Amino acid sequence: MIPELGHFALILAAVVALMQGVLPIAGTLVRDAQTQVTLQSLARPTAALQFVLVAFAFGALAAAFLGNDFSVQYVAQHSNSLLPKPYQFAAVWGGHEGSLLLWVLLLSLWTVAVVVFSRSLPLDMVARVIGVLGLISVGFLLFILTTSNPFERLLPAALDGRDLNPLLQDPGLVIHPPMLYMGYVGMAVAFAFAVSALMSGRLDAAWARWSRPWTVVAWMFLTFGIGLGSWWAYYELGWGGWWFWDPVENASLMPWLVGTALIHSLMVTEKRGSFKAWTVLLAIAAFSLSLLGTFLVRSGVLTSVHAFASDPKRGVFILIFLAVVVGSSLTLFAWRAPRVALGGRMALVSRESFLLANSVLLVVATAAVLLGTIYPLIIDALNLGKLSVGPPYFNAVFAPLLVPTVFLIIPGSVARWRDANVREIAFKLRWAFASALGLALVLPFALGAWSIGAAFGLFLGLWVALGTAQQVLARVNKPGRIPASFWGQHLAHFGMAVLVIGITGVKSYEVERDVRMQIGDVVTIAPYTFRLNSLDEVRGPNYKAVRADVQVLRNDKIIEILQPEKRRYFSSAMPMTEAGIDSGFMRDLYVSLGEPLDDARTEWSMRVYYKPFVPWLWGGVVLMVLGGLLAALDRRYRK
Amino acid sequence: MKPRTKRFALIAAGIVVLCAAAAFVLNAFQSNLVFFFTPTQVSNGEAPKGRVFRAGGMVKEGSLVREGQAVRFVITDTAHEMTASYVGLLPDLFKEGKGVVAQGKLGDDGVFVASEVLAKHDENYMPPEAQHAMDQAAAAKAAQSLKVKP
Repeated sequence: MIPELGHFALILAAVVALMQGVLPIAGTLVRDAQTQVTLQSLARPTAALQFVLVAFAFGALAAAFLGNDFSVQYVAQHSNSLLPKPYQFAAVWGGHEGSLLLWVLLLSLWTVAVVVFSRSLPLDMVARVIGVLGLISVGFLLFILTTSNPFERLLPAALDGRDLNPLLQDPGLVIHPPMLYMGYVGMAVAFAFAVSALMSGRLDAAWARWSRPWTVVAWMFLTFGIGLGSWWAYYELGWGGWWFWDPVENASLMPWLVGTALIHSLMVTEKRGSFKAWTVLLAIAAFSLSLLGTFLVRSGVLTSVHAFASDPKRGVFILIFLAVVVGSSLTLFAWRAPRVALGGRMALVSRESFLLANSVLLVVATAAVLLGTIYPLIIDALNLGKLSVGPPYFNAVFAPLLVPTVFLIIPGSVARWRDANVREIAFKLRWAFASALGLALVLPFALGAWSIGAAFGLFLGLWVALGTAQQVLARVNKPGRIPASFWGQHLAHFGMAVLVIGITGVKSYEVERDVRMQIGDVVTIAPYTFRLNSLDEVRGPNYKAVRADVQVLRNDKIIEILQPEKRRYFSSAMPMTEAGIDSGFMRDLYVSLGEPLDDARTEWSMRVYYKPFVPWLWGGVVLMVLGGLLAALDRRYRK
Repeated sequence: MKPRTKRFALIAAGIVVLCAAAAFVLNAFQSNLVFFFTPTQVSNGEAPKGRVFRAGGMVKEGSLVREGQAVRFVITDTAHEMTASYVGLLPDLFKEGKGVVAQGKLGDDGVFVASEVLAKHDENYMPPEAQHAMDQAAAAKAAQSLKVKP
């Protein structure tokens, strides 16, 4: 009964979303003043009602999961009575249908947030923004109802469920999709603001100011979601990599790159009134890439953990939806953009020009990633053969484009608006530059070995870190209240510095040993010695595992015992590797079990890795997220 | 410089930089394309020598041999077979009788030296490339039997 109610709520939600999408926008087009207000005022209540209905549907699905209702097909496919409760709940978004429902739930949550925090906005603007969000919601609700209904019954009911993919049974994966989706869907809000501004014909500083905090929050969630995904891949996939240039990762990276360009471009639009058209295009691109990401991940065209076997109808639906969104917003842009006034003048060297340069670099990097991601799909779709584009391409292309971007962070944030002087900037930053260079030349010796790559990466990271520190010190010594956005900006830039140093450190100094080990065997990666102490059979709630006991010794003293596992889940007989990791400030020690090499299962292939600076990757991401949070909390947005 | 000359110089410089970036990206792209070949294509000599490519199909039952860290196995699309070797740890879901996709180069002795065996994330999941190889071989066989009949 409850699943049927959930299904019904979803249908109602689609109807309400349609009202939310059509009526308020119609209200901005009619002439009669009384009708205008009546229709536009419908935006807020319909948005709230839609949220309640979608939340009810989501709750109904969650109830079916927690109550082990295996007469619901989706539950039977993704849950199991032995699955621990928290994972039963997380399994709601463990498959295609439920994750779309989560998408819509988060979209209506964002819409309600706009309703709550838009008291100071003019009513017609609110009507347009919420209307556009409603139309997006209609698209996704129709998608769910016509192709991916999570409430479909299974007759006769299954005795037990097929279980959640063991790879997804992990705390990191419980929060990764909601965070990533918050980011994707948040870009819808930035998009809605841009489209509303286009509709109204008033592309001005006010639009940029309203849009900024929303975009920053979306960016923050996206950053966090990508970081979580990377962290999960690192410890859960069991081979110690943290970025694979997998199409699914690329799908989340592209909106992030464009989103990063967007938050900076919005700043120029607000402060100087320039780059309006460019900013609008970035907002459209960021959301379109989020949709493309959803398409790539959910349509089954890709081979990955995220791609569920699914029917082609779904892919076609999202593709058409994407075409409608991109097509209509670009048409609107072409119609309105010629009327957009140019902003304030800027000189060849100014903060604007630095930000513009970075924006363009980020967009070019996005285009390069997009090419490598979808080219194989297009070739395959046209039946021209099967091919793939490997990580070497992305590494070769991405680094040269991102290095100048990161370098320009510092001169860009030091330069004056309108007209800056190169000599003045160089003079201001001479000490930061010299000390970054000096440290970068010396530090690699301390870390083990000098190489040009390590020195260069360290220089880049130190340059951003020191340049940021210098600006913070200069500001702190001046009188006056420092706004939260100032801290946010510099914290995020500092996070980028930490991330760059982290990437350099891992790439330059990691040691990976694939070895065969029996009980008592020893592997040494100076100064650490790893000894395989024992192998035991252990039992979890829904799996059996072999657990290795690996002692880590340093100077003949045991500093840590790592317990990597090889699990076999009952429901699927699927083997799973759980790595044993010891994290320090400067390094991770990483051990994972490969496979038994003899019938007695006493000799195993094992991965024994020394991974310096890995914690810095996560630290950098966390700093960027906190930076985004501070920037969004700035007082001037709370009016 | 006059403002107009300056602006022109700026735009020209921007275009030059963009073109350079595009040329560089496309060049890197060209040299990193990895093509896929089925065992049938490989045995027909269609696969390139000395260039990295992907091959896929099923791991033949009983063909997995270990020699220290190295493994050897046979990839089949039911019509033709090819031998592959690999040094390193195999992914969790590598199994005889299951689908596999590997990336590497063809050695002089005709053995496919894999640098990477691609991990799949679900035991029932057939890599699309491997499925493609099987389908191709099945289609070729069907065509063959049609030709023989009359």
